[in-house]
Amino acid sequence: MQNRKINTLTIKTPEGIEFSLRLAGPISRFLAWAVDFMVILAANKLLNVALGLIGVISRDFATAATLIGFFLVSIGYGIGAEWNWQGQTLGKRLLRLRVADVNGLRLQFSQIVIRNLLRFVDALPAIYLVGGLACLLSRRSQRLGDLAGNTVVTWAPRIHEPDLDQLLEGKYNSFREFPHIEARLRQRVSPQEAQIALQALVRRNSFEPLARVELFHEIASYFKKIAEFPREATDRISDEQYVRNTVDVLFRSKTSHT
Amino acid sequence: MIIDLQKYIADESRFWSELEAVLDRLEKRPALRLTLSQLKRFHYLYRRASADLAKIKTFSAEPNTRIYLESLVARAFGQIHETREKAQRLSPLHWFFFSFPQTFRKHINAFWICLIVMVVGGAFGGFAVLADPESRIALLPFSHLQGDPSDRVETEEGAANDRLEESKASFSSFLMTHNTKVAIFTLGLGITWGIGTLVMLFYNGVILGAVVLDYISANETQFLFGWLLPHGVIEIPAILMAGQAGLVLAGALIGWGKPIPLQMRLREIGGDLVTLIFGVALMLIWAGVVEAFFSQYHEPVIPYEIKIGFGVFELVVLILFLVKSGDKKILNRAK
Repeated sequence: MQNRKINTLTIKTPEGIEFSLRLAGPISRFLAWAVDFMVILAANKLLNVALGLIGVISRDFATAATLIGFFLVSIGYGIGAEWNWQGQTLGKRLLRLRVADVNGLRLQFSQIVIRNLLRFVDALPAIYLVGGLACLLSRRSQRLGDLAGNTVVTWAPRIHEPDLDQLLEGKYNSFREFPHIEARLRQRVSPQEAQIALQALVRRNSFEPLARVELFHEIASYFKKIAEFPREATDRISDEQYVRNTVDVLFRSKTSHT
Repeated sequence: MIIDLQKYIADESRFWSELEAVLDRLEKRPALRLTLSQLKRFHYLYRRASADLAKIKTFSAEPNTRIYLESLVARAFGQIHETREKAQRLSPLHWFFFSFPQTFRKHINAFWICLIVMVVGGAFGGFAVLADPESRIALLPFSHLQGDPSDRVETEEGAANDRLEESKASFSSFLMTHNTKVAIFTLGLGITWGIGTLVMLFYNGVILGAVVLDYISANETQFLFGWLLPHGVIEIPAILMAGQAGLVLAGALIGWGKPIPLQMRLREIGGDLVTLIFGVALMLIWAGVVEAFFSQYHEPVIPYEIKIGFGVFELVVLILFLVKSGDKKILNRAK
């Protein structure tokens, strides 16, 4: 059980607060690396052209400068970018990834250097096979460089909120007449339960008719147990409308609704 | 309990923005030191944001606010609970004359192990060449080393033209980058619990031992030392120190005699690894310059006595530097 793979790193602060960092998987990391690889190639190409001008004076010196430039860009890009952008390179930015300390502490320069230098081993025998394998096997999706540097790569997904105005169609919500029960409902419904109701509404048209009726009946029954509205608020409304009203209460403030 | 979430967020967001601004400043300027009152305010904002997060987390409707607050609390947590020294303003001279040799001495046992492994490899390579001269072909990776040493000496000493003319700088930069890559790889292989690092050092020892015995048995000892010493006395210790860094990493992974968790052990040695590998890179830059511009020129261009003398001088300076520079006892006595 100790080695079970996790996709979220949860850190509990001494103040008793928990926050979680979603760990990036090998695929997104590989894509970020591919972007960075292209950036390095482009930078080296530019460098080649720029230093080629020195060749007019001395071809030997131009070759030397190109060799050193290529080496510095290849090794220094990851280190420089991650240090300056708090754990991000261009590829990681695009993929919304970030290098973080495994304990949630401040990322140190030495950690960035170590994880980048160990790319030499992670990249073996080609296209990061060792690193990818380590990432797949490691509990926290760490490649060898992350392991040695005490780092993880986290992923901050973009939250796509559905268009609630369109979803809820601006219909009259009888629950709004009972603000004290609305408050109770908001207090008692967990974020996960609210998401279930919201997702059911978003996907309502993809359900079979019978399954749709059953699903909304189940969800509405559950919410009815949590906070009971008076009969005048619930009379003659379907289970689906009940869930719609509930989502409206949970996700939209009064001011934005009116 | 939050009655009106929107009002709550509107009221609290100014504290979150203030905390974010402090965090931005701290992250952009690692050397920044907050005053006591600023620290108190920072801590207050952190606790306030933490409390807000605890409240918001139970609320169903604000995923973006929760994620924003989580990131804010995570960043503040990293700043407040970090016990390692903050990165100071870079002081290259202090680093070179104090940190680097001190770090080398701190992990001297790892260096001795590397030296022993390389010497054993060297003995093996030398023995192999003496026992079976044909094994040179398999042992020596470079074609110019596979021929008869006396032929090479005759060719190079009798060369009318500078064979490195118009390519000294590029040859030098090739040596620097190639050797630095080898050094980084040697360090990196420490992740294999040091086995890869030791294999790498043994292999380098085998090559070195084979070359040395090959030239000595061909009575070309003076040429050998004149050719190898000027850059080798820096390059070989540099590779050994890369191996030392690899073994330091391996030691932290294995954790012999250290009853602390793996993460703590790795945390302890992170700075030392970086110091060692940066020091190694500097040594290899010097070795690359010497090898291209000095080592490749033999008598009659440069007398062997000068080349060997220069190599010995470098070795003495290197040993003195590594043993004495930044020595706290000497510094205390001087005070």
